[in-house]
Amino acid sequence: MALDPKKHAMPVQDPQVRAHNFNEVALGYTHEMALAEAQRCLNCKNRPCVQGCPVNISIPEFIACLKKDDIEGAYQVINKTSSLPAVCGRVCPQESQCESKCTLGIKFEPVGIGRLERFVADWHNANSTAAPQKAASNGHKVAIVGSGPSGLTCAGDLAKAGFEVTVYEALHVAGGVLVYGIPEFRLPKSIVAKEVDTLKQLGVEFVTNAVIGKTLTIDELFEDGNEAVFVGSGAGLPNFMGIPGESLKGVYSANEFLTRSNLMKAFRDKCDTPIMKGGKVVVVGGGNVAMDAARTALRLGAEKVYIVYRRSMQELPARKEEVEHAEEEGIDFQLLRNPVEILGFQNPENPRDERNGFVTGMKVVKMELGEPDAKGRRRPVAVEGSEYVLDCDTVVIAIGTSPNPLIKSTTAGLEVNAHGGIIVNEEGLTSRENVYAGGDAVTGAATVISAMGAGKTAAKAIIDHFAK
Amino acid sequence: MYKILCKKELNPTVTMMEIEAPLVANKAKAGQFIILRVDEEGERIPLTIAGANKETGGVKIIFQIVGATTEKLNHKKEGEYIQDFAGPLGKPTEIEGKKSVCIVGGGVGCAIALPVAQAFKEQGAEVTSIIGFRSKDLLILEDEFRAASSELIVMSDDGSYGRHGNVTVPLKEMLDAGKHFDEIITIGPVIMMKFVTLTAKPYNVPVTVSMNPIMIDGTGMCGGCRLTLNVDGKKVTKFACVDGPDFNGYEVDFDEAMSRGRMYFPFERHAHEETCNLFKQA
Repeated sequence: MALDPKKHAMPVQDPQVRAHNFNEVALGYTHEMALAEAQRCLNCKNRPCVQGCPVNISIPEFIACLKKDDIEGAYQVINKTSSLPAVCGRVCPQESQCESKCTLGIKFEPVGIGRLERFVADWHNANSTAAPQKAASNGHKVAIVGSGPSGLTCAGDLAKAGFEVTVYEALHVAGGVLVYGIPEFRLPKSIVAKEVDTLKQLGVEFVTNAVIGKTLTIDELFEDGNEAVFVGSGAGLPNFMGIPGESLKGVYSANEFLTRSNLMKAFRDKCDTPIMKGGKVVVVGGGNVAMDAARTALRLGAEKVYIVYRRSMQELPARKEEVEHAEEEGIDFQLLRNPVEILGFQNPENPRDERNGFVTGMKVVKMELGEPDAKGRRRPVAVEGSEYVLDCDTVVIAIGTSPNPLIKSTTAGLEVNAHGGIIVNEEGLTSRENVYAGGDAVTGAATVISAMGAGKTAAKAIIDHFAK
Repeated sequence: MYKILCKKELNPTVTMMEIEAPLVANKAKAGQFIILRVDEEGERIPLTIAGANKETGGVKIIFQIVGATTEKLNHKKEGEYIQDFAGPLGKPTEIEGKKSVCIVGGGVGCAIALPVAQAFKEQGAEVTSIIGFRSKDLLILEDEFRAASSELIVMSDDGSYGRHGNVTVPLKEMLDAGKHFDEIITIGPVIMMKFVTLTAKPYNVPVTVSMNPIMIDGTGMCGGCRLTLNVDGKKVTKFACVDGPDFNGYEVDFDEAMSRGRMYFPFERHAHEETCNLFKQA
């Protein structure tokens, strides 16, 4: 059989239709497509894809099961190393991880590993009736701070090894960024709930509304009988640009904008949480969060959505598929542009005018790419006199976050770096005995899968420590 | 779910509730706040803690009925449950080392000012309290303030109770008369806190204000509660949820905070009317 040089395309909702609903954009492979795509895997000897995966899923093995139409077998292979396959199949940047290493990718398009992973996980969730087996207890208690990707992964691995695990979540629902950050149309919340349920069946306990550092401290978690603590408290406060007008009404951080829509369900009519809808929206930034915010604004009813990014399309850090989807949906990319000032309404005659203080536009300046910086990225330089105004009603700033201060400020002896990130060794161990950490709380804003990798590393270190 | 241990109407628009939340009660200190959700579809709102009892695990909140959420909360009865209750959040009010303080409370803000006054009294400070209300019907916690203060002045905007006028009037009189305060702590509407700060400025008395901006998570994640401080001539962004809610009054940009606080007024008005109509139909 001749090898298809291209990946099987992912069926998606029509861009014109999906721009107005919150249903999932990518619809997933059919059974036939999945089996056909699996045939493209060469099952090569050196398995470079496995090294490309932060949690080292045995990719060729699960694809080999798929080739034989043993979908449950494929799931069991993935499940050995990944606690969240239905999530990763959707949100991992495969093009820079497993798929970037694929041998087939040297000459052709790589195998659609992420799409296959998603198919296998969705099939399992829809068809498998076998309840996950709870491991026999080893008598050791561990507390996990935060129920985002790193915490869930760490919890899953520890529970499978027989630990008694309690996950503490500050918000009212488990899932962390998977719930408050990533929108429904990219990761349906029912999928996150299903993954959390699976962990509950493995014996993991979840305590919501527990703000560690406030409700309970790390020291109290130890007093409560926990022998180790994993801190996966995630990204913290949003960064702002420090330009005039950032406190005008209608200026959101991406965290706030997405939290209002995703966690608080402001996109639904019957929800109590307000959000500014409609009009023209400018999103500042070029990462996945910026794409999520722009596409959310569109679905909330914006007539026009701009993305303002200071470098070019080539440097855009977002996952490729998200950028393509955003373009198809009609998001207007204002590249090589930098915000200078956010403009607001002010009625000089009437200080009580209800419109006073609301955003009316953003002044931006054109940029050129200059010399590469220390990281090799070409530094953008403003073109003098090139400023112009984009009319808008809402601005969403998606330029990253700084770590949350709550745990650092209430945990004696926990060392952090200059950026506030918790310092860990290669096993995820912090400067405090038996306190481990991982994910954005350590690295600053990064990806779901790298956080999962960190949760996994720490779980392994904890398992090894107590096996001694 | 969190049980409502006790409910009491303090005036027609202000209600006190005690919520069973032992972990919060264990830690709560004056000046801190909680975030609650009434039901599964509800929004997260911050309310400052008005008192806590470690023995019963009860945490006292006092709220004014201003929007859909507080309307729904007010319809809950003693013995019923609310969906979520998280805290204690924010930094406690700094009370150590102060021997003479003036507490200036306005409206429902007095509910939060009271535990601060009590905490100062407990550590032996001399507490002077000025509390202000629009009119007599809206007066709350007068007896409690009297017990916590060595001197209490009650003001009403319309003259229907106590002295006629704003809280800044007696404050200025006392400062003019040479009364010494280590600190003035003011809690209430932003406009009142702004004018208390302006009143105190010529006398160089430190002023602490308790800010109550719009919040969602309340844990240092969304950034909605940001405010601008002017620190030594430089503008600095701070977050009320983790850096506050108490701030140095001389540094806060009150006008910006007031403007931001009005962001959802049209929405809130609409949502409140709709909720009221729902309850009428039921």
